[in-house]
Amino acid sequence: MELDFSVVIEYLPRLLTGTWMTIKLVLLSIVLGAIVALPIALARISKNWLVSGVPFAFIFFFRGTPLLVQIFLVYYGASQFEAVRESFLWPVLKEPFWCAIIAFTLNTSAYTAEIFRGAIQAIPEGEVEACKVIGMSKAQMYRRILLPRAFGIVLPAYGNEIILMLKASALASTITLLDLTGMARTIIARTYTPIEIFLAAGGIYLVISIFVIYVFRLIEKRQNRYLGTLSIKVPDKG
Amino acid sequence: MLDLHGFGDQLLQGASITIQLALCSLLVGLILGLLGASAKLSNIKPLQWIANLYTTIIRGVPELLTVLIIYFGATTVLMAIASQFGYQEYIEIGPFAAGVTALGLTFGAYATEVFRGALQAIPKGQHEAAIALGMQPRRKFFRIILPQVWRVALPGIGNLFLVLLKDTALVSVVGLEDIMRKANVAVSNTKEPFLFYLVAAFMYLALTIVSMAVVHFLEKRASRGLTRG
Repeated sequence: MELDFSVVIEYLPRLLTGTWMTIKLVLLSIVLGAIVALPIALARISKNWLVSGVPFAFIFFFRGTPLLVQIFLVYYGASQFEAVRESFLWPVLKEPFWCAIIAFTLNTSAYTAEIFRGAIQAIPEGEVEACKVIGMSKAQMYRRILLPRAFGIVLPAYGNEIILMLKASALASTITLLDLTGMARTIIARTYTPIEIFLAAGGIYLVISIFVIYVFRLIEKRQNRYLGTLSIKVPDKG
Repeated sequence: MLDLHGFGDQLLQGASITIQLALCSLLVGLILGLLGASAKLSNIKPLQWIANLYTTIIRGVPELLTVLIIYFGATTVLMAIASQFGYQEYIEIGPFAAGVTALGLTFGAYATEVFRGALQAIPKGQHEAAIALGMQPRRKFFRIILPQVWRVALPGIGNLFLVLLKDTALVSVVGLEDIMRKANVAVSNTKEPFLFYLVAAFMYLALTIVSMAVVHFLEKRASRGLTRG
């Protein structure tokens, strides 16, 4: 077996174009996903099952089925209906890029909503009571105390979710998008060097994940800096 | 009523393949996970390095890419190895074998972390008691440590299995005749993508619910020796 890594160097610019597409996909769906996730998480917490029922079903569906099915449902499935094809949404729904964004956003928002819910429920009851005693309204309590607190708690799990999203974005290649994996596959179709190109693509994914982990460590440190006194080491005496 | 145009049987056959793939990968993954966790906790540095490299790479690379690398790369690697032994014929591994390898490797990497945590959660006294009773290391591991590790690790392993179940859909990309692939075939024949992908989605959902029930049952069984005060 002879591996020829010169093809990697030759095709590196195209792999980087694919990388840019991957980054765009991940960033857009993560941001949109977080925006969608917040109301879902808040509704899911409600004790009234009329309010929490729909978010529960939404989360269960998107966490219980493969992302591949969800992408195909949006990309191929939507075109089954005449009404969709003639509606104003069609210019959006016929583009693989926007279909991928829609599927990724819905998928990641289901996972993110669960993370948010866990974080909000992890806040000690005493802080909620303190807010009530001070006389805050519910909106004030969420805006000033609960959400900022939840943000600090959520960070480690949310960092993981972004890395999972990064890896899931490889599925965009199945609906003809030229993301990093898609680009690698088209290059291989021409050069027939699967091992070299796929390993190079894997390396790029690895670098991005390590970068995300590093950034989140920094944000976590900053966000939770008020907890810092707990972790200050007592200097050795003598 | 739901009209599947006669593709219902095909989808059920696909479900059977999906289940087989998930269970085989689970077996491979559990073994790899236990080996990985043992390697990470061993005192031998090279073993630790290998285990760390394994989990870092597998967890940082998309599952789809792992499947593609194994499927397209394994042929090249296997033929190179075989040619060392003077075998020159063409060797190809099927999508099922590639899927089991790729998903097993993925599951194993995540399971390594779960098992490592569980192994570390076993109190030192348990080890000492087993040694005091005169158990050999192997007997101690299988009789005392493993059953307890199983109990601690089950919730984590159960979650990983649900992830694995959904990842099986990726192997359809390299041509395995699972639920996803059967749905694709049905769609190209009937031009009703929404219907068939939705049916596929609900089949996965059903498998997920069954797995959750099984995990719940196993968890109850595994902790039956644990009395709650």
